Amino acid sequence: MTTSTKQRLPRLRAQHRSLTRPRRSPLLTALTLIVLVYSLAPLVWLFINATKTQADLFDSFGLWFGGDFALWDNIQQTLAYDDGVFGRWFANTVLYVVAGAGGATFLAVLGGYALAKFDFPGRRGVFALVIGAVAVPGTALAVPTFLMFSQMGLTNTPWAVIIPSLISPFGLYLMWVFAAESIPAELLEAARMDGAGEFRTFFQISLPLLAPGTVTVLLFTTVATWNNYFLPLIMLRDADWYPLTLGLNAWNAQASTAGGEAIFNLVITGSLLTILPLLAAFLLLQRYWQSGLTLGSVKE
Amino acid sequence: MTAIAETPAPPEASALPRRRRRGRRWTGWLFVGPFIAVFALVFLAPIAYSVYLSVFRTQMVGGTKFVGLENYSRALQDAQFWDGLGRVSLFLVVQVPIMLGIALLVALAIDSGRLWGRSFFRVAVFMPYAVPAVVATLMWGFMYGTRFGLVANLNDAFGIDLPDPLSPGLVLASIGNIVTWEFVGYNMLIFYAALRVVPHSLYEAAAIDGAGEWRVITAIKLPAIRGALVVALIFSIIGSYQLFNEPTILQSLAPNAITTAFTPNLYAYSLSFSGQQYNYSATVAIIMGLVTMVVAYAVQLRGMRKEQ
Repeated sequence: MTTSTKQRLPRLRAQHRSLTRPRRSPLLTALTLIVLVYSLAPLVWLFINATKTQADLFDSFGLWFGGDFALWDNIQQTLAYDDGVFGRWFANTVLYVVAGAGGATFLAVLGGYALAKFDFPGRRGVFALVIGAVAVPGTALAVPTFLMFSQMGLTNTPWAVIIPSLISPFGLYLMWVFAAESIPAELLEAARMDGAGEFRTFFQISLPLLAPGTVTVLLFTTVATWNNYFLPLIMLRDADWYPLTLGLNAWNAQASTAGGEAIFNLVITGSLLTILPLLAAFLLLQRYWQSGLTLGSVKE
Repeated sequence: MTAIAETPAPPEASALPRRRRRGRRWTGWLFVGPFIAVFALVFLAPIAYSVYLSVFRTQMVGGTKFVGLENYSRALQDAQFWDGLGRVSLFLVVQVPIMLGIALLVALAIDSGRLWGRSFFRVAVFMPYAVPAVVATLMWGFMYGTRFGLVANLNDAFGIDLPDPLSPGLVLASIGNIVTWEFVGYNMLIFYAALRVVPHSLYEAAAIDGAGEWRVITAIKLPAIRGALVVALIFSIIGSYQLFNEPTILQSLAPNAITTAFTPNLYAYSLSFSGQQYNYSATVAIIMGLVTMVVAYAVQLRGMRKEQ
């Protein structure tokens, strides 16, 4: 008995160490590296090919640089093409993100705060409604939304893209969980005792406490709006209101229309310029989206 | 982006003294009201409107008339609709397990602490999520190209003749690859986030019981993240049935392989925006919405039942 325990002890200790402070594994690292390469290779391809002239695109190897380093030239051409329409699309995208994602975040913060900190009639109903809505395929709503908006005269205006972007059920849910955990009830009571109105309490006391959750929701609604394709596709006819996604697709489709000029180098460079702001935002704000997702999964 | 919304019990409102609560009974609506108002406009009204549209028919002669469920029976006998539904179902049973499997393996690998540079892995694998579907599809579309894509390069370099990824037989698999690329990192992060909150004491207890690493994964880690697995599965199902962006954008590169009824969603889109058949289009959209909800609900029931 004692001997067997003695023999087992070192093995147990080793196992304990391997689970709590495991040794690094070259094999596992190498295997995971395959997925890493898969994830990054297309982005590398995009960067390399944004440095090529249209001629080089066709006759140089895809994953290495061509004869000329034409990145700056491509960027200039992208920005100048068709009287600088790319800049216009960029500005539109920023407008949709600021109004759409900003508005969605604001509504989600207000709503999540209410659901977490007030007991009001119909509160359970709001919860059921929003959870139910997550399961409704967004595209099932597209056609009727388009028809409704066209009767209201909103199609082909920025409103048609901004208004549907204002609702983020996931954002509301995240803010709800976050508000419930980060705002102590006593603090609100104290503010009310001091005679602060509900809105003053919200803006001066609650909002600063909600900041980390707010940044997370803002980041995810920004991605959703920046990358949106289907909604603007059905709502907008006029290329002057296009966001970047729609504009890039129009440039690409131009090559296959009769008499259209092939501008693949501009499509590729434009794509690179489109993704850079979001990649930068994700890298700079890592702390927020990583903690935000953890938060979402805490509640089982 | 709608993710990880579990269906938990809502966090309770703080227990306030009765006396004060009564005075503020309706105050909560001031805060949640704006959300609900916009929600009604962009969610509830369109749903009601499409149900309304689906029971009418508009004709050149005779105008709009009530036809009951005629549009529905037409859809159920429509070969194009069934083709599309079959295609996205095939996509669902092949692509989703592959994507979630890879995501789970990577999440477990990063969580195991056995990798060099694990935070780099985490961020880099997640990056494609920030790339718009349009850019992802254009990039892969160019790489698939037999003219100046990587496929052409490989053919030239090795003197081989790879099959065209954009041919009718392969285009669905090529789309599957694009979708996998876009969302593997996102799902990985959901699984990883769930793994991080597993209490460390469980691992220590398992080590004392002499459990090996595989045993810990199957007996502790996987059951602990079942909720995240079910949620990721449900959102992948919704995504598969809604498949639209990738095939539409690839259409200009592969016009022969991708028809206007390639997926049910693409079919509904073509019906209304090229065919002006709004009533029938709304019907197809409603049927797809119902199919999605039934499948998602079934998966959720099964996932939750096993949890006990």
